[in-house]
Amino acid sequence: MAVKDYIRERFFPHLWCPGCGHGIVLNGLIRAVEKLGMSRNEMVMVSGIGCSSRISGYMDFHTLHTIHGRALAFATGVKLSKPELNVIVPMGDGDALSIGGNHFIHAARRNIDITAIVMNNRIYGMTGGQYSPLTGPGMMATTAPYSNIDQEFDVVEMARAAGATFVARTTAYHVQQMADIIRAAILHEGFSVVEVMSQCPTYFGRKNKQGSAVDMMKRMKETTTPIGSAAKAKNPELIERGIFVQVDKPEYCSEYNKIIERAMGGR
Amino acid sequence: MERCRMVFSGSGGQGVITAAIILAEAAVLYENLTAVQTQAYGAAARGGATRSDVILADSPINFPKVIQPNVLVCLTQESYNKFFDIIRPGGLLITDTRFVKTQLKVDAVQKELPMYETVMEKVGKPIVFNICMLGAVVGLTELVTPESIMKVLEQRIPSGFIEMNRQALDLGLELGKKVK
Amino acid sequence: MTKQIKFIQGNEACVEGALYAGLDFFAGYPITPSTEIAEHLSKLLPQKGGKFIQMEDEIASMCAIIGASLTGHKVLTATSGPGFSLKQESLGYAVMAEIPCVIVNVQRGGPSTGVPTHVSQGDVMQARWGTHGDHSIVALTASNHQDVFAMTVEAFNIAETFRTPVILLFDEVVGHMRERLEIPEPGEIPLVKRLRTAVKGGVDYHPYLPREDGRLPMSDFGDVHRYNVTGLVHDMWGFPSDNPKIVHGLLRHLVDKIENNASQMARYKTFYLEDADTVLVSFGSAARSALHIVESLRPRGEKIGLLELQTIWPFPADIVSQYCNNAKYTVVVEMNMGQVCQMVKTTVRHPERVFLANRIDGVFITPTDIKNILRLIKGKGV
Repeated sequence: MAVKDYIRERFFPHLWCPGCGHGIVLNGLIRAVEKLGMSRNEMVMVSGIGCSSRISGYMDFHTLHTIHGRALAFATGVKLSKPELNVIVPMGDGDALSIGGNHFIHAARRNIDITAIVMNNRIYGMTGGQYSPLTGPGMMATTAPYSNIDQEFDVVEMARAAGATFVARTTAYHVQQMADIIRAAILHEGFSVVEVMSQCPTYFGRKNKQGSAVDMMKRMKETTTPIGSAAKAKNPELIERGIFVQVDKPEYCSEYNKIIERAMGGR
Repeated sequence: MERCRMVFSGSGGQGVITAAIILAEAAVLYENLTAVQTQAYGAAARGGATRSDVILADSPINFPKVIQPNVLVCLTQESYNKFFDIIRPGGLLITDTRFVKTQLKVDAVQKELPMYETVMEKVGKPIVFNICMLGAVVGLTELVTPESIMKVLEQRIPSGFIEMNRQALDLGLELGKKVK
Repeated sequence: MTKQIKFIQGNEACVEGALYAGLDFFAGYPITPSTEIAEHLSKLLPQKGGKFIQMEDEIASMCAIIGASLTGHKVLTATSGPGFSLKQESLGYAVMAEIPCVIVNVQRGGPSTGVPTHVSQGDVMQARWGTHGDHSIVALTASNHQDVFAMTVEAFNIAETFRTPVILLFDEVVGHMRERLEIPEPGEIPLVKRLRTAVKGGVDYHPYLPREDGRLPMSDFGDVHRYNVTGLVHDMWGFPSDNPKIVHGLLRHLVDKIENNASQMARYKTFYLEDADTVLVSFGSAARSALHIVESLRPRGEKIGLLELQTIWPFPADIVSQYCNNAKYTVVVEMNMGQVCQMVKTTVRHPERVFLANRIDGVFITPTDIKNILRLIKGKGV
């Protein structure tokens, strides 16, 4: 199927700012799904609120654009009630880990077969540039005019600790790797988390003097490295990219089917 | 039949609530009577004096709570002290001799029965104390038949425990009938 | 076949009603005094191949049932006071996205943690206006287990007919009390099946375009129609829009589909109203005490009757006017500070003849309480 068959042209032009990394994530996602050859009818995309969440409207899947932070809770209802569906949940960093932090850790703990994509641009873009739980100390935001003092989460460590059975990180610069990782995440049976570092030149970039979108993407190239690379050994400041966790554990919907069997078999 | 309002009281774990439910269920399922059962929840049900209300009738019951019981059962001193004065004048007040010293004069027929001691002596398991109490209530009031109580018990408890419960029920019935 | 008779709690009667209605997905979170609903469904739902999940919180439970409704299932969540507050945002989402679902609120004393194990009927207005923005809502209630069962089935039927969330506003007394329930035979109470679109795959389907009769056929997630569902104001395809015409049209539609069908949704019972000059208006467990006092005053020659409301929202104004307009005294019996009483006052011809008989101390209102208030109202002293 042609790539454009996965999008809803009626919905375009999209609302993202020029230079925003989220469009690249949309692209990577479509390429991943296209390679998998999955039917659009079996794909459900559930999103919350924020710039990132608008991605669901642009895809020609069953799409559920919900409320702020709760996408994973809605998605849990979709998945458990109809486990044959493939459920993908794109979220922003504030959506996934601030207002939605509780749902994030519990979806991971249950190991329900949902693919969570955290589009991390380190800022609340839709509301105009407030600091998020991934902004990090020393950064500027409209609600941190004297610089931010909030420590940030490490999405990968958080997902791993909460029990996610597939955890990966990539960036909007590394498009090939992004498509490959998203594809592997969708194929994984269990809760998958993919952190995609994405640039917000309009707010994060401008507030923190990081230059144009191109400058920000170059920075992603320079500040990241494949997991376990020689470069990382030399420079521990580098952020690792790749698949951190990929393990088999009982998946929630499959386990629930066993409960049904037990209940139907006369207690 | 005359509408019968009952309060079973005691402390958490004695099974007064279960006994109330069994009695009401027997009345509804096997005697074609109307019954409503309510109970205290929350902090009141966790330690301290707990109570469960049952109303039995042969007509619809609207107001489900018991304000003045015709039959009041108290299985602890605390519950006796707390509830003795709510009894309907001329009602039936049943207490257990082991746990309750009746010191207060009330306008009621007081029956002090050695239910706990009898159960411990003959069955040896305190868990069926409440069923013995139920037997005593049924023996004294004849509100439902013992067979109906047994039918409910057979539905509710594992078969291995039926005999023990039947024994406790019979002991209670005897205690009740003896003082009737 | 002999009827199936049970002696159970009101919360279990609700469970039985939900299963009779075809419930196949429940998500919830433990909270007194509604927890028994979750406990029983965790056992009974998988026995019929349905799904039960205890979510991480109240909000997630409400969200999960909306997700499960979209895949074509009949869904339920149950909660009480604080949990009902937490569900309000996603309840509004279900209103906006027109998702059939049923929410039980077994009311307890509030505000905040309040008196968790004691009775109250203080969430009447919260049910109506708890979520933000202009909207309409359906809320049903019941005073006994047979009616809890029937209203639960009704809630699912209304949810499917009007593509709307329906609230079951029960209370602690009815929820926890045990009494007889006779389970109706299959087919005895008609069930409304979800209306699904007849539009074939590949043909443009409009999930938010009402038919001539006002109903909106649905398509399950996973079927051939892929559409967008959003809490934003949206057009007939479900695409976000801020076009003033579309905003206006959608808000009118959401309100009109409920308010214009208020009489179709009105459920109520009347007792001794033919010649009554004193009309008690009550609902839920309070109606039990109201009926008790009516039946004890009638033999003494008092012309007193009871209008028991089972539909609270949309408010059955026509019914209330019909029975109360000519009454000398209308006395609203409820366990709150007059939430339904206010509605009755704005409805009837003589609001000055409407009085409140209430109790707000967590204690179940007694027939004597009502009798004393009646004497005060009629100037007889207590």
